[in-house]
Amino acid sequence: MAERIQRSKGSDRDSSRVESPEGELDATTEQGDRLKAEMDDILDEIDDVLETNAEDFVKSYVQKGGE
Amino acid sequence: MAIPKVCGIETEYGILVRGADPNPVAASSVLINSYVAAAHRIDWDFVDEHPGQDARGFSWEDSLAPEVEPQLVNAVLTNGSRYYVDHAHPEISTPECRSASQATLYDRAAEEIVRRSMSLVRSVMPEGSELLLHKNNSDGKGNSYGCHENYLLDRGVPFGRLVSEITPHFVTRQVFTGAGKVGSEFPGDSPSDVAFQISQRADFFEEEVGLETTLKRPIVNTRDEPHCDPLKYRRLHVIVGDANLSEVATFLKLGTTSLVLAMIEDGAIDRDLSLVDPVRAIREVSHDPTLRQMVALRTGERMTALDVQWALFEMAERYAGTHGLECLGGDGVSILAGWREVLEGLTSDPESVADVVDWVAKKRVVDAYADRHGLRGYDVRTKALDLQYHDMRPEKSISARVGLRVTCDPNDVRRAMTEPPDDTRAFFRGRVLAKWPESVVAANWDSIVFDVGRDPLRRVPMMEPLRGTRDLVGDLVERSADVTELLARLGD
Repeated sequence: MAERIQRSKGSDRDSSRVESPEGELDATTEQGDRLKAEMDDILDEIDDVLETNAEDFVKSYVQKGGE
Repeated sequence: MAIPKVCGIETEYGILVRGADPNPVAASSVLINSYVAAAHRIDWDFVDEHPGQDARGFSWEDSLAPEVEPQLVNAVLTNGSRYYVDHAHPEISTPECRSASQATLYDRAAEEIVRRSMSLVRSVMPEGSELLLHKNNSDGKGNSYGCHENYLLDRGVPFGRLVSEITPHFVTRQVFTGAGKVGSEFPGDSPSDVAFQISQRADFFEEEVGLETTLKRPIVNTRDEPHCDPLKYRRLHVIVGDANLSEVATFLKLGTTSLVLAMIEDGAIDRDLSLVDPVRAIREVSHDPTLRQMVALRTGERMTALDVQWALFEMAERYAGTHGLECLGGDGVSILAGWREVLEGLTSDPESVADVVDWVAKKRVVDAYADRHGLRGYDVRTKALDLQYHDMRPEKSISARVGLRVTCDPNDVRRAMTEPPDDTRAFFRGRVLAKWPESVVAANWDSIVFDVGRDPLRRVPMMEPLRGTRDLVGDLVERSADVTELLARLGD
């Protein structure tokens, strides 16, 4: 995952080389879309791994103070 | 000139037992024993531990409960670290490191030691039961446990000046060291009073300075237990930090703090940033992830935490020019560059540092998750997501899925699980333990006790953190056939 995001950051830099104002706008929209798609992927994965019963999990998560 | 900033980090992990005896002390012991069982068990030696000694010049030992109970599991590892049960948590203290980047590597190695322990302990757990570990600092119900840093300081620095000059950093560094938290745990608040805050720990600080770590926690801890020559050195024990999953955040936490401490040693803090009410400020800054919260300075100015960080950074840049950064063990340039990068990112667009700042990375997924599922404010599902950000099971960890920047080479991490750093006394501790496990009967930070057969036990003191390095004793350890020969050569 880390690698994929790093790669996409590299391509952000490429797309920002577009010089016309319209081009820059396109690049920004593209970047926004890509970030959203990326976050959607992350959320899909989180939905898969998240504790199935959040309420029970949070309730049972009790620690003793430490240090 | 500032002395070398030898440092280390000690992390207590949250532990939860599912489907078996829920006693966390027993569970922590079984976990650690699973890891050390394969090797010869070397017990920690408590002779020189004085956690009740106070830096302000008095001892309060008799009035305190023991910080560590000697009968609990407590082992020394061949990488020079200590793996033990502290109260009701498994804890790993990294070996003494020569730089922030080295300590970050050993903190990562500690995570892998915990993961390995989790996989080993499965074979002794009852069918259907499971041990869950979290690298976090609170359970969301007001119970907190620590991630402490330690730094070597010149004893000559007056403690009062140290407290006043380091406090602004401890209050405001959370903007990039905070691990993020859903909800409030400040006494009197309901969890829903704060939807999301920057720091795991800020809700738990009640004093500016003091000796305690478990109640009335102080921003500057005064424990004076140097574990080295007490006439020359101090060990600043820092309890105010969050445990980080981001390697860059761990590096910057250790690096910027080492740098500010070096500036304090050299008298280079030339702007008064002291705060009117640090205890209130640390909480108010944490409770405002927009980073707009102002804090009041004793000079009458009002600044954001980011402004205070920029002021410290600018002083640090000047200090680098006038004094050099040799005391930071080769990390000086990357600490300054990383510090600038993270402050610039937080100033222009916090989302841009979601790959290095834990609270930003966590908030980004918490917000997106709440958006997708139509949740508003504090919700038990976002709290579950918060807790799971810190889950040590790779298949369940959220932090492993949010694109945090990886800086430690996996091969270096693997090596650091068993090999000590070359350039501190941890080298000697780790190497003799690996080479002669049957002859080392006890070890602690500043000495090792050897059993040489017929003669009485021999204690070798290690009062200098930068002696016992590979350069100084590497050959000697390699060439000695047994500990009798080693001790004879050390005596020469």
